[in-house]
Amino acid sequence: MNWQKKIPKIVTIIVFAGLLIGTALSSKKRLVHSDDTNRKETSLNKYGFYLEPVNTSTGINFRHLSPQVDPKLKNIEAQIASMGASVSIVDYDKDGWEDIYFTNSRQGSANALYHNLKNGKFEDVAPKLGIANVNQEGTGVSMGAIWGDFDNDGYRDLFLYKWGKPELFHNEKGKGFVNVTSGSGLPDWVNANSAIWFDFNNDGLLDIFLGGYYSEKFDLSHLSTTKVMPESFRYANNGGRNYLLENLGNGKFKDVTSEFGLNSTKWTLAAASADFNGDGFPDLFVANDYNVNELYINEKGKRFSEVGRQSGIGNIPKSGMSVSFGDINNKGIVGVYNTTITEQGILIQDNNYWEPQENQKGNPYPRFVNLAQLSGINNAGWSYGSQFGDLNNDGNMDLYVANGFISAKKETSYWYDYSKVTGGNSSIIEDAQNWPDMKGKSQSGYEQNKIWLNEGNGVFEDVSNEVCPYVTYDSRAVVMADLFNDGKLDVIVANQNNIPLVYKNELQNGNHWIEFDLIGTKSNADAVGATVVVDWNGKNQIQTVTGGLGFSSQNQHRLHFGIGNSKKIDRVTILWPSGKKTEIEDPQIDKLHSITENIENPLK
Amino acid sequence: MPWIVEKPKGYFQYVPPAFITLLLFIGQISFHVLDNYLYVVVSIVVAMLTEIILSRVLLGKWKSLSSAYITGISVGILIRSTMIWPYLITAMLSIMSKYVLKYKGRHLWNPSNFGISWMLFMAPLDVAGLSIQWGSNFLGLAVIWILGLAIVYRAKRFHVTVTYVISFLILAYLRSIIVGDTFLAEVSPLTGPMYQLFIFFMMTDPPTSVSTRKGRIIVAILVALVEFVLRLNSFIYAPFYALFLVGPIAKYIDLKMQTKKAKTPVPGSKPTFSLQS
Repeated sequence: MNWQKKIPKIVTIIVFAGLLIGTALSSKKRLVHSDDTNRKETSLNKYGFYLEPVNTSTGINFRHLSPQVDPKLKNIEAQIASMGASVSIVDYDKDGWEDIYFTNSRQGSANALYHNLKNGKFEDVAPKLGIANVNQEGTGVSMGAIWGDFDNDGYRDLFLYKWGKPELFHNEKGKGFVNVTSGSGLPDWVNANSAIWFDFNNDGLLDIFLGGYYSEKFDLSHLSTTKVMPESFRYANNGGRNYLLENLGNGKFKDVTSEFGLNSTKWTLAAASADFNGDGFPDLFVANDYNVNELYINEKGKRFSEVGRQSGIGNIPKSGMSVSFGDINNKGIVGVYNTTITEQGILIQDNNYWEPQENQKGNPYPRFVNLAQLSGINNAGWSYGSQFGDLNNDGNMDLYVANGFISAKKETSYWYDYSKVTGGNSSIIEDAQNWPDMKGKSQSGYEQNKIWLNEGNGVFEDVSNEVCPYVTYDSRAVVMADLFNDGKLDVIVANQNNIPLVYKNELQNGNHWIEFDLIGTKSNADAVGATVVVDWNGKNQIQTVTGGLGFSSQNQHRLHFGIGNSKKIDRVTILWPSGKKTEIEDPQIDKLHSITENIENPLK
Repeated sequence: MPWIVEKPKGYFQYVPPAFITLLLFIGQISFHVLDNYLYVVVSIVVAMLTEIILSRVLLGKWKSLSSAYITGISVGILIRSTMIWPYLITAMLSIMSKYVLKYKGRHLWNPSNFGISWMLFMAPLDVAGLSIQWGSNFLGLAVIWILGLAIVYRAKRFHVTVTYVISFLILAYLRSIIVGDTFLAEVSPLTGPMYQLFIFFMMTDPPTSVSTRKGRIIVAILVALVEFVLRLNSFIYAPFYALFLVGPIAKYIDLKMQTKKAKTPVPGSKPTFSLQS
């Protein structure tokens, strides 16, 4: 009898011990790092591709330098000066080969435009074209660049956003650039880390969204106060204001921010535009640090309504770092990948993949569901930029995520110090003077970038350690582009205070592909906002032409679709911002198609 | 085992659960502190179910569920995970610790302190704490502190909270000298929600605190001292770990000393009401 009475107690103890051991093992098991060896042959055999660093062979020797901030912020300089490494892709001279523009962020440092010499080599032509020495005293330092043909002359112009004065350079038919900022109506000073071109009113002229991070009141290199930091880690509204700049068509831009309801002063780090509710007008997804993300639904080009909370994407404040688009399930639905910060045991935010729910016709405010955890693309680290692209041309969009905040002294961490102030009252956190001295410590440093391979069933496999060499730079911006015109997506990563990574995609699986370069006529010349849906083998994948995507980055203008071993594409449907639809049956595969709007038989 | 229903004190037994609910309510209305309502609901339900099952199976009686409710809500607020299972397991572990880790019929660890500390330390890939994730305006802070202090005063544990806070402030000043950071930086954590829950609910928990007023003051100072050492070694969740280490040892010694004394119960050894356990 006594023995029987003891059974419940013994069972309780066993269950209790089991839970203790199980929870401890759950983390320990995953802390074991995978094999560091990166064998090209293994990757090619297993995944069909390998990302080979080609900085040396391409002649790309750019090196990013971080900004220098006011000595009053010396104690946390590494943290403040942690952004500015950006990369954007443009074919500035319309020679059919993609070129690369890198920004630099130290006063006096030069930005670089690497012209594609079509032989696997690149040459920095920024100095001779007049867009290198743009980080001068009094004008601020570069944070990013976006390229868009704002005057529809067929050549993409350069909009440079800074912690400083935003600048616009007109492309003189690929022969040089002229600074046309003066009198253009651009704001005098914005501490911006994001900007995109998009045509919010579908008038055929590219407009600009410019996101402020630090308040525009401050010149971070000449401060009179140290109260420049966010007032809260989760609910800060003391960031820089955002700008919606309407292109008036005469080289001038009008600030219509208030008129259109974009009055947020959250700490914006990224923005991207797509038509989420299918009403023909581009909506705006804004990623904010220290607060919730925002979704602005375009009310027919008349104003924007912020519906982040109603849509589901703006309920939980996280550190919103970037926005990129993908269609991971080939459902013809534009999903939004939004990176955040995760540091084990300290901050678990997880990245998000927001997919609009289906069957929402007639609902002006789409609802989103977060599929990141189900897909296995939630936990990356301290993430910045991200991009989807079909790296192995199997017909499924893969994902590259840039990671790493501050890699300073090894085996050190600023996280404890960081947590002291960020958990405190606003009067403490907003004053940089209260932030503990970093003393050369790292914070989420030496993190490897993530490469997730889409297995085709909505689930991704982490191949970060297998498809490229092991490196741990503090990566910021990432883009994908077919640099060598061989139907393979290459990857370019801008690293803070370091060299970029230029990866050539050594793809050897024989999979097929197709690319489209859209040219608007009634729509804006860049066709920003146009969508292309490719139907093949029972799948349909959607991609959108964007004027800036990710974090401080812009992909190539052309859209790249892998189609696996299929030899035929059933149909391509292009929806232009003007509302016109172009349908193409059975286009030739393994080819780049230039499609011009309003041409009846665009491939003939 | 002391328990609220064994010595009911009228409506006041519902004050601590009501206070922590209010705290959650203010936090949610003001700042949407919860990432997901489901997580806190799961924590509460699992804690209460575990309590019901274990009290019936192991003790053969029904227990008031206010303690389990507070444990569940503490777990729901104080840990952060993007998955649901850590909330479930932490709530279970917390309540189970009361029934397994006992000495002379008394549990040694504050339940939620045990569960939360264990998960934070042992499952860092899945669980984080509430160290940097709450709003920081003064009004909410003032309301919570005033209400909290009033309640611990009524619970005769005001001296515990005050001793700990004073010790923390003195040691924060000492830390600021040692590490070279500003005093405000060292005091800053005290203004965050993690500490509000810690000093009003965990530190003051009568069943796991020692029997004498003097003893409780010493324990509060010791917790602050251990936390001081842990903080110098960059442990973000230092207060939880400090209580995890000091609390049971103090309780064990206290129970040992009580046994040696006269068999008559030590006055004050049973709480007038429980803030948690």
